[in-house]
Amino acid sequence: MSNPMEQLLERREKAEKRLRREKFNAKVRITVGSATCENAAGAPDVFKKVEELIKRHGLKDVTLSRVGCTGRCDMEPVVTVFSQRTTPVKYIAMTPDKVEKVFDSHILKAIPLKDLAMPNEGTQNTDFSEERLWGDARLTDRFSSVFNDVHFFGKQMRMTLRNCGVIDPEDMDEYIMVRGYQAAVKVLTDMTPNDVVNTVTKSGLRGRGGGGFPTGVKWNFALAQKNEEKYIVCNADEGDPGAFMDRSTIEGDPHTVIEGMIIGGYAIGARQGYVYIRAEYPLAIKRLEIAIAAARQAGFLGTGIFGTNWDFDIEIRLGAGAFVCGEETALIRSIEGERGMPRPRPPYPAASGLWGKPTVINNVETFANIPVVILDGPEWFSSIGTAKSKGTKVFALAGKVCNTGLVEVPMGTTLRDVVYGVGGGIRDGKKFKAVQTGGPAGGCLPESYLDTPVDYESLTAAGSMMGSGGMIVIDEDSCMVDVARFFLDFTQDESCGKCTPCREGTKRMLEILQRITSGRGVEGDIDKLLRLGDTIKRTSLCGLGQASPNPVISTIKHFREEYEAHIREKRCPAGVCAGLLTFSIISEKCIGCGACKRKCPVPCITGKPKEVHEIDQARCIKCGQCFEACKFDAVKRS
Amino acid sequence: MTIEKKVTLWIDGVKVTVPEKTTILQAADSININVPSLCYHPDLSVIGACRVCVVEVDGQRNPVASCSYPVAEGMKVKTSSPLLRRLRRDVVELILDNHPQDCQACVRNGTCELQKLAYDLGVRERLFEGERKRFPVDTSSPVHRNPEKCILCGRCVRVCDEVQGVHNLSVQHRGFNNVVAPAHDCKMIDSVCIHCGQCVNVCPTAAFTEQDATESVFEALSNPDLHVVVHTAPAIRATIGEGFGFRPGTPVTGKLVTALRMAGFHKVFDTNFGADLTIIEESTEFLSRVQKKERLPLITSCSPGWVNFMERFYPELIPLTSTCKSPMSMLSTLLKTYYAQQMGVDPEKIFVVAVMPCTAKKFEAKRPEHMAPWGKPYTDAVLTTRELVWMLKCLGVDFHNLEDGAFDSPLGVSSGAADIFGATGGVMEAALRTAYEKITGKELESLEFETVRGVEGVKETSIQIDGLTINIGVANGLQNAKNLLDRVASGEKQYHIIEIMACPGGCVAGGGQPYPPRGMHVLDPELGRLRAKALYSIDGSKSLRKSHENPAIELLYENFLGAPNSHLCHELLHTHYEPKTPRGVK
Repeated sequence: MSNPMEQLLERREKAEKRLRREKFNAKVRITVGSATCENAAGAPDVFKKVEELIKRHGLKDVTLSRVGCTGRCDMEPVVTVFSQRTTPVKYIAMTPDKVEKVFDSHILKAIPLKDLAMPNEGTQNTDFSEERLWGDARLTDRFSSVFNDVHFFGKQMRMTLRNCGVIDPEDMDEYIMVRGYQAAVKVLTDMTPNDVVNTVTKSGLRGRGGGGFPTGVKWNFALAQKNEEKYIVCNADEGDPGAFMDRSTIEGDPHTVIEGMIIGGYAIGARQGYVYIRAEYPLAIKRLEIAIAAARQAGFLGTGIFGTNWDFDIEIRLGAGAFVCGEETALIRSIEGERGMPRPRPPYPAASGLWGKPTVINNVETFANIPVVILDGPEWFSSIGTAKSKGTKVFALAGKVCNTGLVEVPMGTTLRDVVYGVGGGIRDGKKFKAVQTGGPAGGCLPESYLDTPVDYESLTAAGSMMGSGGMIVIDEDSCMVDVARFFLDFTQDESCGKCTPCREGTKRMLEILQRITSGRGVEGDIDKLLRLGDTIKRTSLCGLGQASPNPVISTIKHFREEYEAHIREKRCPAGVCAGLLTFSIISEKCIGCGACKRKCPVPCITGKPKEVHEIDQARCIKCGQCFEACKFDAVKRS
Repeated sequence: MTIEKKVTLWIDGVKVTVPEKTTILQAADSININVPSLCYHPDLSVIGACRVCVVEVDGQRNPVASCSYPVAEGMKVKTSSPLLRRLRRDVVELILDNHPQDCQACVRNGTCELQKLAYDLGVRERLFEGERKRFPVDTSSPVHRNPEKCILCGRCVRVCDEVQGVHNLSVQHRGFNNVVAPAHDCKMIDSVCIHCGQCVNVCPTAAFTEQDATESVFEALSNPDLHVVVHTAPAIRATIGEGFGFRPGTPVTGKLVTALRMAGFHKVFDTNFGADLTIIEESTEFLSRVQKKERLPLITSCSPGWVNFMERFYPELIPLTSTCKSPMSMLSTLLKTYYAQQMGVDPEKIFVVAVMPCTAKKFEAKRPEHMAPWGKPYTDAVLTTRELVWMLKCLGVDFHNLEDGAFDSPLGVSSGAADIFGATGGVMEAALRTAYEKITGKELESLEFETVRGVEGVKETSIQIDGLTINIGVANGLQNAKNLLDRVASGEKQYHIIEIMACPGGCVAGGGQPYPPRGMHVLDPELGRLRAKALYSIDGSKSLRKSHENPAIELLYENFLGAPNSHLCHELLHTHYEPKTPRGVK
């Protein structure tokens, strides 16, 4: 009988035959992005339309499949057309109507529609070939071969998201085609657990969930534990507001997470894995379930996986939507069926975790990197990034930036390159004010920090943090006090309530911020915020509490004058804090049309037609409707 | 054999060597450095929630919670610094800011741990005041729950889970809205609560307190139409002194009697009399079961917390449990029957007050099984030891300087066997003294059954009585009882007789006992030992030490009850139990 690797390669050959027959060798291959975000943007209707058109035209040599999301949020749904006569064309913001147009021109006449395609800003794709896409190339090269002609993608390096938008996440054969499970088989047949741990250690891979703890060190600690029963857990309880790196990874490439877990399980000696995923991710859960079932069917999970004598299986556990359950000890409690609250460490989960057994918990992104480390080698992996932060990092780029979406860049890329390079700069010609990284645990960095390289140490030194990968760009229209209040509102709401500083302290900080933004701030409030922030940071039980004051502390550090304007001058410089706004009518500009009066819900605007109107300040609720309604700029907001 | 590994570290510059896995707090304690703490309780699991006990450890970015952080070789710890003082002060202020500011009007004024901590740590002003949580007080059961005073230390949750095995309480909702409550936030009376009051004991504030009976007692005392009598449980004489500054373990029986007379009670009786009577009834029941080869073991029924627990969690044990009422209920019943008859007093005009170490007794007193035929309870009011301490303070009684008084006759005469009811194993020992002599007809050489004494959670022994081997089990604390009963259920163990006391250590550590003095804590085995020692010393100093030799009891049977377990005995002194499934459980 052939060895496990030969078996896998045989399987790959079979998969290739099948895929060539059913999908790849068609004259035209169409893929429709179909992650949750794409579906929300209308992908199902687009998919149905393509299906219908293929049928209507009786096209036997046009195939259609779903792929994950490429992360181009503002351009979804994305439809990619692979035609034997043209390089892949990415059509954006597709609707059933646009699909008809694409069909008429590109599919039927082989004339791509440039105005519906993703703008490439003059970049040329020179890399694409079917061989490069499905052959033995380096894992990270496939994505670029399809998407590199787009400026937004060309500036990135897709390692975690290497298969997202490239393969059909519900077809395991496609994953096998892109050398899927080869890393697992290599590990199981050629390497000892020690070898694996050493390889991961050598790669310099660090936890992508936020802490940045070296993955190899964590695995080594668990490996050293003498216990028959160990567990490996994938933390997919992504909870930062606006973050969707993990969801996208699972929805676009679930098998890579499974493969990462198989390798991790073998390395530490765990025969059982759990994926802890929030119940609000139904599509990710569904795709993971399909993937696990397929892997089990193929003998990649279960007893004697890949024909070796190693047993490993994975179960899914759903989280009920508590942010704190992303904290590893709370996550463990939740899997055990208890209330998800953190406990003091030590002991660390690697020594005493699930049901008291040694347990390694890694983030989705971390697991997704493992096959790359194994197949392309730790040397290559560690050649990317900075001295202490290796590889890439995925960010959910959001806010007032031109290109929003999921971006993956090598560690060490500067914030400026992310915001202005990949992100395309600030929208509507506004002025950059700050970039917030690290989610609710992170901080806001002003323009002077734009050249900070994106790596664990640099971001922390700058007063923010890597976090799990939230990145929000803030422009001059945002009030930094209000931004801090927003994040604290989130953490305060998500505090589990176990420890005093987080439960009580965040509430008090939020009250002070609310006081300031509503114009009731008093002298000394900034000092109180800093003092409380320091107390909470130093005494909280878990990372959630310890990091919760960061948005406040960092905005005070970099934008103290905004706080002072709110407190001393009762003024919100950005004009955001409603409690501090006044609306008045400029008599020279008012023509007495009454538009403002009609819109005012209170109503507090008086004035006869064609005469200058007036706002009763005592009764005004500062809703801003008059400001919006006036066509003559006669309403002043200050 | 594994050799315990030792670790050497420096705390505040002092070198200390402790076993591996010791926590910093324990290590500091071993060299008399007291790190302030709040949620920590030495006899409960460690949760590290309050963050008061933070200390600085060299090499650690942030201070660590000393209650949970294990020591390490060469570790350098600072337990005091300007930073730590500020952090601890701020943390305690944060708790206070969300706490009613009514210390002077609070039942825990003076015994509150939060109050003490706020003073010790120097909270002299409020920097961060804001919104305060609002919750209604749950007064549905003898154990009152006031979430507004709760500081979420979780001790009650842990004692209910770990010591009592009841699992009634848990933290619900999230963050600032956290509240400790029974499942589905139901009322305590609708929950599986057994009213043992251990949550009241471990609570550092007044979030759990007993239902107040003092007002009704004061009212009765001032009602000229009522004949107000009081009887006090065995454990009270060993603990009430603590409420007046006596060292734990100081017996103050005589002063207690005098104080109660001064308070205006018309007669002062001793629950001990009921205890002696219980022994006669229960040993008769036991011997009859043994002789008739009926179901064994016999399980005692003195502890109302245990009875509640049994009805809720082990209803299958109802047929095994002694039908004897508790000493309190036996005596209260006799007061409104036998005593009323003897005195020629209308029983409806007698107001019976029982001073108990126990909150569950308040529940027991109101059970329908313990109602007199005219619809009123035999026991009109149950005061906990704590409530009586306060009443006496309210009345200005100078407890320290009181002369010794003696209980009224005839229901105040008791044997030493009754005194030891207050300690775990005491009921068993008292029963054995009587059962042995009844079976053998011989006098016991030594009255001390050492194997059932002591504060261990489960005690097992076998004794030979006339060629008959009697297997004995004694458990205190309901988690211990659970462990013992589960072994019985599985067939692993066979006992003839089992004593169960709901509270850890028995009644001396009951849910109504005084809050321990500084330097000691609730659940402290040493505290239980000292209090029990007081009872054993009273027993040892008496010449009457066997229940069946109590002349007043003999007289009672002769003049009123007839023989033990007679029809009248069953009517007045025995009860029955019913399975009680919590609301919503079928």
